Amino acid sequence: MMIGNLERRQLIAAALFTTVAAVLPAALGDFYLTVLSLVFLSAFVGIAWNLMMGFAGQLSLGHALYFGVGAYAVAILSERYGISPWLAMIPAAILPALLGLAIGALGFRFTVRGVYFALLTIAFAEFARIVFEHWSFVGKTGGLFLKALTPANQPLLSLRGGATFFYYALLLTMLAAWAVSALLIRSHVGYAWRAIREDEDASRALGVKVLRMKLLAVAISAAFTGIAGAWFALMNGSLFPDSVLGMQMSINLIIAPIVGGLGTLFGPIIGALIIVPINEVSRNLAQSFSINGLNLLVYGLLLMVVIKVAPQGCWPWIARHLRLSSAGWTRGPKA
Amino acid sequence: MTSLSVRGLTKRFAGLVAVNDVSFDVAQGSITALIGPNGAGKTTCFSMIAGALTPSAGNVAFEGRPIAGLPPEELCRLGMARTFQIMRPLAGMTVAENVIVGGLARTTSVSVARRKALDILDRIGLGARADQPAASLTLPDRKMLELAKALATEPKLLLLDEVMAALRPADTDRIVVVLRQLNRDGMTILLIEHVMRVVMALAEKVIVLNYGQKIAEGAPSQVVADPQVIESYLGRRAKTA
Amino acid sequence: MTQLYISVVVNGLMIGAIYALVAVGLNIIFGVMRVVNFAHGEMVVIGMYIGYALWKYAGLPPAAAVPVAMVTMFAAGYIFQRLLGNDFVDKPQHVQFVLYIGLALAITGLNAMIFGPDPRGIEAAASFAVYTIGPVRIDASRLHAALAALMLIAALWAWLRFSLTGKAMHAAAENIVGGRAIGLRIPHLFALTSGIGMACAGTAGALIAPLYDTTPYLAGEFTLTAFIIVIIGGLASLPGALLGGLLIGVSEAIAALFIDPSAKSLLSYGLLILVLLLRPNGLMAAGRGPR
Repeated sequence: MMIGNLERRQLIAAALFTTVAAVLPAALGDFYLTVLSLVFLSAFVGIAWNLMMGFAGQLSLGHALYFGVGAYAVAILSERYGISPWLAMIPAAILPALLGLAIGALGFRFTVRGVYFALLTIAFAEFARIVFEHWSFVGKTGGLFLKALTPANQPLLSLRGGATFFYYALLLTMLAAWAVSALLIRSHVGYAWRAIREDEDASRALGVKVLRMKLLAVAISAAFTGIAGAWFALMNGSLFPDSVLGMQMSINLIIAPIVGGLGTLFGPIIGALIIVPINEVSRNLAQSFSINGLNLLVYGLLLMVVIKVAPQGCWPWIARHLRLSSAGWTRGPKA
Repeated sequence: MTSLSVRGLTKRFAGLVAVNDVSFDVAQGSITALIGPNGAGKTTCFSMIAGALTPSAGNVAFEGRPIAGLPPEELCRLGMARTFQIMRPLAGMTVAENVIVGGLARTTSVSVARRKALDILDRIGLGARADQPAASLTLPDRKMLELAKALATEPKLLLLDEVMAALRPADTDRIVVVLRQLNRDGMTILLIEHVMRVVMALAEKVIVLNYGQKIAEGAPSQVVADPQVIESYLGRRAKTA
Repeated sequence: MTQLYISVVVNGLMIGAIYALVAVGLNIIFGVMRVVNFAHGEMVVIGMYIGYALWKYAGLPPAAAVPVAMVTMFAAGYIFQRLLGNDFVDKPQHVQFVLYIGLALAITGLNAMIFGPDPRGIEAAASFAVYTIGPVRIDASRLHAALAALMLIAALWAWLRFSLTGKAMHAAAENIVGGRAIGLRIPHLFALTSGIGMACAGTAGALIAPLYDTTPYLAGEFTLTAFIIVIIGGLASLPGALLGGLLIGVSEAIAALFIDPSAKSLLSYGLLILVLLLRPNGLMAAGRGPR
């Protein structure tokens, strides 16, 4: 693989970021570490959703389905059947991938495109949420709770621990996803995705196996999102249909990558860095001043401002000024 | 050897028969032109051959193998490439990347496809623009890009849809040179064309469509003198003029 | 037992008529501007709060809230579109999404701040009257609301069909470029569309206010239900929105009865999935598919 000037700058930026991130826990308290863990989780999901939307061009507004299924898979397998969370990660990735393939196949087979496809994804997610709310196997609306952690807990075995553990776990997960994403984009798969996003019919004429590539995007995106859901369950210790399968979660999953910049490699991370802290801070403000709803107002207004000022996302704007991306508004993965 | 064999090709849209029972052969290694006045059904024919439209009736065979109804990506794999009349560059990508997409039809290695792409771009004269955004190309260059993309898929049969349209003579000549060279190297070419200069210069055989039907077939000089053909382009009066 | 079923279906029809009004608003916005208005449910809730506030603080009967909501929401929709919305009409779907979600969240937050998160209900004397028609008992207030909704839908349909502006909106919906070419003032037309759409939602909210308790978080459900109805009924088809609304109203009532009140949307989503796959133009569409 050729490493051009641009890519060298990007790699340096990434290396810097990783180094800083690796040593931060020495300086920060648990609260900030948890917020950063959520940032990494959000970035991880953002990278996953970005693959499907930013590169392959398929808008999914029901990603909570994959998130929730992954969360429930890990929770049920580890709590109820005593299976190691490491192993449970596999079904947490595969089940959502299969669901994604099914929905994608249905959608593509019946040529459901654009906003209609997005609504189809919402329909499936909501359908699942309601089913889960009435299904005793998953605890209905009462949800599921993971056992409380004891002093004898081994984080590396149970994949649960304190703020520092989750910080590193999610940092590594995010970096791994980022690396996979970068590799995919530079591979023939990435070219196919970008071509499909630009012009599906022209791509077909060039031999691109459009259906297969779209389904691949959906499956990978769903699998990553499932793993994110699994981590969410492990971090939170509890999950409810409304919280992990609901529309609110679907929305939360995708705000960061859109605000950060779709179709870029750094966008989801920058987006998460902006959105998550603002969300957390405004929620804290609202709670400490007992002004219910303030956080929503702030968050909502902020979204409107950001999307008005930088509809392409914050990263393209920043990157141009730091010269970390090529000039002009190409929608390609110039990071 | 016949590269392409079309039999009884027909396309009906609600209330309109766009292509009516058209049959012809394209010999391997030849350059064949499909001509006719506007609305004669040439692009519809093309689209059916290229897999973008399903025929209402008729068969198409490529190198002896029936292909009617196969999707475009499958046809590409079999060795048929087409360009589009309304050019479709992949706008968000660079010139080289556009061609790489085509090259990836034959390999999964991006570096191999890239080498091939740069090679093709050099041969047709776009090498200097390889890293520019495809959207920034001038019209003649975009046409060359369409050609380059198609060539990257290593086709045996090249379908060109009005590739000369709206070009100045100098640019037309440039493409003619490239096409001649490709043909000399063994490429079979079927092109839709309006620019008669090109048809006369390139084609060994010309097929004429009018109102969806084939009205003439033969060498260029023959066809051009055919009274029916003249009438279809110029109207009945022209015959007596 | 049949008495129960009939009552349930009839009640479903009535709430369905009000849903239809909401959906009609969304239909117009989506149909003319091709914008996915994820804040539509919030407009309904604002209408509900207008109804509540007027009753609680001004002592006005719920019926008075209807014209107030209509005018206020129309103005709000018009101004919003002119100031902000028009800039987003040709932006990609996901960008519009963020704008409208932001709007929705901001409104919900504002509602929560002003009225608090707890349910607020109107207790007016009229809320408890009941008509008895044969074996069926019908809530008077529900019936009045449903009739009002139907009248408004009919009036809107007629206006769109026969007025010059209405036809202009149809034209814009069919062909934007053509519309511009013949001199339609598109920004104004879009603002009108937004105003009318939001007015429909707000008015429906004012009509619902005496029937249900209002919370800020009701909005999401309304948005999704409206979308389901619009898709099932078909774009560019007001009768379709009405049919869809009635259908969803009844299916929700049936699901609530046979399964569980909290499962009322189950059938609706199932229907949506089927329609999206099999008849994406909707059950009564004028024959146009996704643009």
